[in-house]
Amino acid sequence: MGSTFVGMPAFPEAARTQLANAQLRTNLAHATATIRAKRGAAVGELDTWEELRRAGAAIKDQVLRNLDTYLLQLEETLTANGVIVHWAADAAEACTIVAEIAKAHNVNEVVKVKSMVTQEIGLNEALAEDGITAWETDLAELIVQLGDDLPSHILVPAIHRNRSEIREIFVERMAAAGRPAPADLTDDPGMLAEAARLHLREKFLRATVAVSGANFAIADSGTLVVVESEGNGRMCLTLPSVLVSVVGIEKVVPSWADLDVFLQLLPRSSTGERMNPYTSTWSGVTPGDGPQEMHVVLLDNGRSRALGDEVGRQALRCIRCSACLNVCPVYERTGGHAYGSVYPGPIGAILNPLLRGVGDDEQVDSLPYASSLCGACYEVCPVLIDIPSVLVDLRAKVVDARRGGVPKAEAIAMKVAAWTLRKAGRLGAAERAAGLARRLLRHQTALPGGRAGITSLPGPGGSWTAARDLPTPPEEPFRAWWRRTSGGKKGADQL
Amino acid sequence: MVAAYIGWKEGRRPAVNARDQVIDNVRRAIVTARSTVEAPRGYRAAPASSDLVGLFVERVADYHASVVRCGHDEVGNHLARLVAGHRVVVPDGFGWLVPGAVPDRGLSHADLETVEMVVTSATVGIATTGTIVLDHGRGQGRRALSLVPDVHICVVRSDQVVADVPDAVALLNPARPQTWISGPSATSDIELERVEGVHGPRTLQVLIIDL
Repeated sequence: MGSTFVGMPAFPEAARTQLANAQLRTNLAHATATIRAKRGAAVGELDTWEELRRAGAAIKDQVLRNLDTYLLQLEETLTANGVIVHWAADAAEACTIVAEIAKAHNVNEVVKVKSMVTQEIGLNEALAEDGITAWETDLAELIVQLGDDLPSHILVPAIHRNRSEIREIFVERMAAAGRPAPADLTDDPGMLAEAARLHLREKFLRATVAVSGANFAIADSGTLVVVESEGNGRMCLTLPSVLVSVVGIEKVVPSWADLDVFLQLLPRSSTGERMNPYTSTWSGVTPGDGPQEMHVVLLDNGRSRALGDEVGRQALRCIRCSACLNVCPVYERTGGHAYGSVYPGPIGAILNPLLRGVGDDEQVDSLPYASSLCGACYEVCPVLIDIPSVLVDLRAKVVDARRGGVPKAEAIAMKVAAWTLRKAGRLGAAERAAGLARRLLRHQTALPGGRAGITSLPGPGGSWTAARDLPTPPEEPFRAWWRRTSGGKKGADQL
Repeated sequence: MVAAYIGWKEGRRPAVNARDQVIDNVRRAIVTARSTVEAPRGYRAAPASSDLVGLFVERVADYHASVVRCGHDEVGNHLARLVAGHRVVVPDGFGWLVPGAVPDRGLSHADLETVEMVVTSATVGIATTGTIVLDHGRGQGRRALSLVPDVHICVVRSDQVVADVPDAVALLNPARPQTWISGPSATSDIELERVEGVHGPRTLQVLIIDL
């Protein structure tokens, strides 16, 4: 158990592999089309949607632009509510803190609420090194964990699997992890869900320590919020006696009242429902009800780096709804694995480079290019993250970080073009040369509109014409024609 | 407990502690960005439906929860009919007599697992989203009570129903633990097909008292 994204190839290569998987493309097209339609209907019901988006963006911006103040306030209110607050600058520190808490309670297993941040820090693998098994309890995460697989979507991590694949995983793998799958298990989704219920119930009732993330951490009341559907979250947040919540520092919202924006934006954007089945909120320990020992780990892990990026910091508004994945033409075809990260899709294409920095890792540097810049992601984003603009800005940063060394053909071509265009005389000479070159080129064709086109260039130009035709240069450049005919007054038609 | 953990933390920490490091990095990141951003709040003034309870009933039913409306004096009969023949638990302070019900006195989680039904009241109902909110005060029970049994019967008074999410947030006290419930537990993790009933109660029955 415990696949990781470490060592994944750059996006173009990974995408090529994924695109060859017809089953994956069928599963994804079906799933994203379904969820797009549901989201559209749920969002369409609210006349206030655009204002809610503006409010969501503004609340998050207010937090981000004053983040130190809100974090210290959150620490104070959590502590006052009986929660033990820990800070972690990076993934390793956070994993150590969680492992130490588990070890202090002498447990060899913890139950987990689905959480992006604990995947980001590789918590399950880190705990395994200490002999502690982390049981995923979200149905999709369970499918991924039992299948020794990787998540491919923020909300529906097993979106790449269809029902018969899931049945196979349950039949083959459940027994090794606890209660086996029922003998008569079919691929009916209802029966598969029932199998998961039976399998996990004994773990919920037995566990001493639970690990969660949080969708929101409210500074003025010291409240954490977990939004979910299946009830596995409630089980983990209620039955074990110890609860550890790992919370990214960008999850803070200023006040309880601000939930009235996010509890409208999030469910409609993510699952396309008016409201998700269950939302749990808790402000520390309640005597006689739920966990009696609570820890919160406030995690940076690159967030302060992203915060320092003037254009990119808006990515930290993200509430992980995954609407941008479902509308992205690139994601819909390649799936989530091609992005090589727990954060796939358009938001992943900006979040990973922002959290990890560009210029060091080819895989990360390839992500800002994993987009056609169509802008559909920006249109659906509930907190108005202008993903296309951030992508373009990150492309520039990737180029800047990779300057030096042997220049690429494209860079040389651009330099030559700049030199040529700087002086009229040079341009004239280039135009005449192009007119002459025309006679040497074969493979000509007719472009739409009747102009002549070239379908195949020799040498390095061949990689351009491999994907598109080039208009044939005219025999006589415009300026030469103008001179020769005195502006078209004489002999305009003959050459 | 707290003191022990603090000592344990200090023993393991490097010279510069993570807290100072994170706060310092954050401060440096926002040096030129620090400002106040006001959020527009016009959404709070959105017009409400004239028949809140009717809308609430319709929206709860959309989640495939069963909904019954009845008068105050009919509640006892309805409850008796719903729980007949089942092992049922009620929280302290629940306002109606439920025949045969076990009171929640020191029941372990394993005990709750043997109970089929739970009957609770609620704090708020939200019409637009068909949501019931429990703040787990008197009559609503601790969180495990409305979670482990497979059937949750929830009694909501019509005067507890508010129009929309902002009205509910304004009424609720964040100091209380809360559970917002919109239909029975559900998953769409398998091919995005909705399946009702996973880990939480697979059946939700809502009884609305018309006052």
